[in-house]
Amino acid sequence: MSSDMPKPEELARVSFQPPESDWMDTPVQFKSGTYNFPAAKKNVEYLKMPNPHAWAVDDKDWMLGDKWKEKILDGISDRLQKFRSFSLFMDICVRCGACADKCHFFMGSGDPKNMPVLRAELLRSIYRKNFTVAGKLLGSLAGGRELTEDVIKEWYYYFYQCTECRRCSVFCPYGIDTAEITMIGRELLYELGLGINWALEPAANCFRTGNHLGLQPHTFKDNIEFVVDELETATGINAMPSFNRKGAEILFITPSADVFAEPAIYTLMGYLLLFKYLDLDVTFSSYASEGGNFGLFTSHDTIKSLNAKMYHEAERLGVKWILGGECGHMWRVVHQYMDTLNGPANHLEVPRSPITGTVFENTRSTKMVHICEFTADLIKHNKLKLDPRRNRKVIPTFHDSCNPARALGLFEEPRYILRNVCEQFYEMPENTIREQTFCCAGGAGLGNDENMEMRLRGGLPRGNAVSYVRDKHGVNMLACICAIDKATLPPLVEYWAPGVGVCGVHELLGNALIMPGESEERKAGKINLRAEEDDDESEGGGDV
Amino acid sequence: MKAVSALVAVIVLFAIAYMVGPSAKFVFGVAVPYAAMAVFLGGIIYRVAFKWGKAPVPFAIATTCGQQKSLPWIKHASLENPSTTGGVILRMAFEVLTFRSLFRNTRVAVKDGPRVTYDGEWVLWAAAMLFHWSFLVIVLRHMRFFTEPVPFFVPLLQAVDGFFEIGIPALYLTGVGLLLAASVLFLRRMLDAQVRYISLMADYFPLFLVMGIAITGILMRHFMKTDIVSVKEMATGLATFKPVVPDGVGPIFFAHMFLVCVLLAYFPFSKLTHMAGVFMSPTRNLRCNSREVRHINPWNHPVRVHTYAEYEDEFRDKMIACGLPVDKKETEEPKKAKAGEKKVDD
Ligand code: SF4
Ligand code: SF4
Repeated sequence: MSSDMPKPEELARVSFQPPESDWMDTPVQFKSGTYNFPAAKKNVEYLKMPNPHAWAVDDKDWMLGDKWKEKILDGISDRLQKFRSFSLFMDICVRCGACADKCHFFMGSGDPKNMPVLRAELLRSIYRKNFTVAGKLLGSLAGGRELTEDVIKEWYYYFYQCTECRRCSVFCPYGIDTAEITMIGRELLYELGLGINWALEPAANCFRTGNHLGLQPHTFKDNIEFVVDELETATGINAMPSFNRKGAEILFITPSADVFAEPAIYTLMGYLLLFKYLDLDVTFSSYASEGGNFGLFTSHDTIKSLNAKMYHEAERLGVKWILGGECGHMWRVVHQYMDTLNGPANHLEVPRSPITGTVFENTRSTKMVHICEFTADLIKHNKLKLDPRRNRKVIPTFHDSCNPARALGLFEEPRYILRNVCEQFYEMPENTIREQTFCCAGGAGLGNDENMEMRLRGGLPRGNAVSYVRDKHGVNMLACICAIDKATLPPLVEYWAPGVGVCGVHELLGNALIMPGESEERKAGKINLRAEEDDDESEGGGDV
Repeated sequence: MKAVSALVAVIVLFAIAYMVGPSAKFVFGVAVPYAAMAVFLGGIIYRVAFKWGKAPVPFAIATTCGQQKSLPWIKHASLENPSTTGGVILRMAFEVLTFRSLFRNTRVAVKDGPRVTYDGEWVLWAAAMLFHWSFLVIVLRHMRFFTEPVPFFVPLLQAVDGFFEIGIPALYLTGVGLLLAASVLFLRRMLDAQVRYISLMADYFPLFLVMGIAITGILMRHFMKTDIVSVKEMATGLATFKPVVPDGVGPIFFAHMFLVCVLLAYFPFSKLTHMAGVFMSPTRNLRCNSREVRHINPWNHPVRVHTYAEYEDEFRDKMIACGLPVDKKETEEPKKAKAGEKKVDD
């Protein structure tokens, strides 16, 4: 974190008082630390998107290309016909303001254009001016405004200050989902070749190599082998998985961050131990080596193009069903887009746990099961020997990631696991969890360093809820089931709630699992997956 | 400023009808009401059936506000995360009849510490409930003017509504309620800095219009009496397409009716369409079982896909070197990538 970041108390001194000038007359100001760098030309080219060009946010001329206005207006018109959500949400907002203070970016910045309603109005005003009778006749009196280059710049700034978390949609009386408008706004910007690199580069990499970081097959395998070695050091167990193995029963797909980034790799260790424990007939794929899908932050076509690999690989390998790892937006794609875009997956079978015999009826069509559903079922059927004492130093709370919460409703499964693998568990205040959960403020492509101030601002409500349970209950671990969270929450808690760590649910499961053949040290609960040793035999509650 | 222009607009509309109405009875008593009704119906039908209705719902984007239906022993939130059509109907019923989502509203403050607080905020919900329910009852009550015989529930509503028997004729609670709710909504718009900042003229105008309608209605009933028999005759005439404009209909009635007509005609072109739109919102009216049952997107088109074959072609040597299984052993130089190998879409 850069050292010039103001102190938390200062950053939290947010004024919710809007400026004097009307929002339509207040031009956007790009303040460093609060915006994202443009997508590199090569990535736009690689994905064959329109108008690839090199540009910078400071440039006066963003080189929008010929007929850029027509392209935007045609783009809007096209999407009005393709998305009822968009068509409807452009018309029915009553500007009641119920959503206004529900967005973490507004709460942390006080910038009125970060109220979901105004974020949407940025686009709605152009819609009114060009597509409605009142707007055409009355212009600004009817809330319309001219499409200018400044509007495009404003879109770029504010559509990338939305993490598409959908918290606003929970509170809107008509269910207006500003994330849907942001997604379409971003698509429109891509018509002009404008995007952010932190979203587009992973998408381009994923297209080519199958994962966001661009790990080629051998590197992907190397990375997992490295994690397997570390795991062996910590546990005495070799849990080497298989790769690209035809005829396996299950294909396992997890975010690639699990294979290279801390603390996500400890979650991977948890999966590997679990698979080894169960002797599960499961394989990893180097081709479908990414659970995440940065297409969701780019365009609907890109979602499809990247997601296609999952079924394609499952069919090629001849597996029966797919198991998916801990990830946030991946699960929005799996639950709400995958089957629609790339199904039906008739080559797969309805998932059935080979251990418990449970048929996952809720995945009958998509044929993809969440690892938390799978594990919760195992625990319920007493198929896992667990020793929660091994996690005695961990006092966790659970961060509901936006997408598993509001696009799936996966609330109880991870909590059930946590309660079974830890001795204690505390919830954060109810306005900050479950369907009302707060974003890590780094999702949807915004989790980069250049945007750090905005991330920390947006991280205020989450960070504050964490510090609350830290002070009240001594919580020292923020457990989550999302790879982006595992990357973005550590700086957030370091800033807002120091002393709290971040981990995956399956890391804690991995700690608690009593493995045959494990080391004596592990048996005695003296070492965890992070290879942190602990000789202190006193009861829990100490610092980690 | 926006509020002032909206207010002026409503006053002007009122004045026109009040002054011109009585001397242009046919225009204000027949032509305008029919035109307004036609615009209202046509406009709503266009919006619902054509603009929104023709646009498909490509993805199952429900906002899930409770536990999914997954394992049988986990309690499923069948209302907030419905997996059946019945569940969706219930969810929508709560949404439409009780403004369920609005009820969740909280007010956020960031205090020193920092400490973020969330306080219950029921003003908006309460005002909205009062506004809409009053409006509905008022509309139903007015059926006594348009129908003969009057449906059984109308006198019932009247009786309940005038229960407190304040004044003669009894003051209707809903009339007062509507006015009160509209005033609260207006004050909230003016006094809450955030809401004022997002407000457009189009947000103030319908509020003033409704207030104008309520005020003229109350005036007519209690203070500036108009001949009720003539009004009924006229309304029934309109409803049965045998329009008559009897004498004895006062200017205040023309003003009242004209404002209603403006509201009707304005309705389909404004945010007021939320009345119909709320039923069509895909984040609320879809089943949340999209892993169990495939949701169909009618325009799902093929896209460029990087197939496994292409991937292996690019990385085969590296895959072989690190011991990953491959489909084709030799790098096939002479053969071009076969056409049709790009498996795109079924
Ligand atoms: S809550 Fe919904 S209707 Fe109200 S301002 Fe926000 S988007 Fe508009
Ligand atoms: S989706 Fe999330 S980030 Fe975007 S406007 Fe709504 S609350 Fe804010």
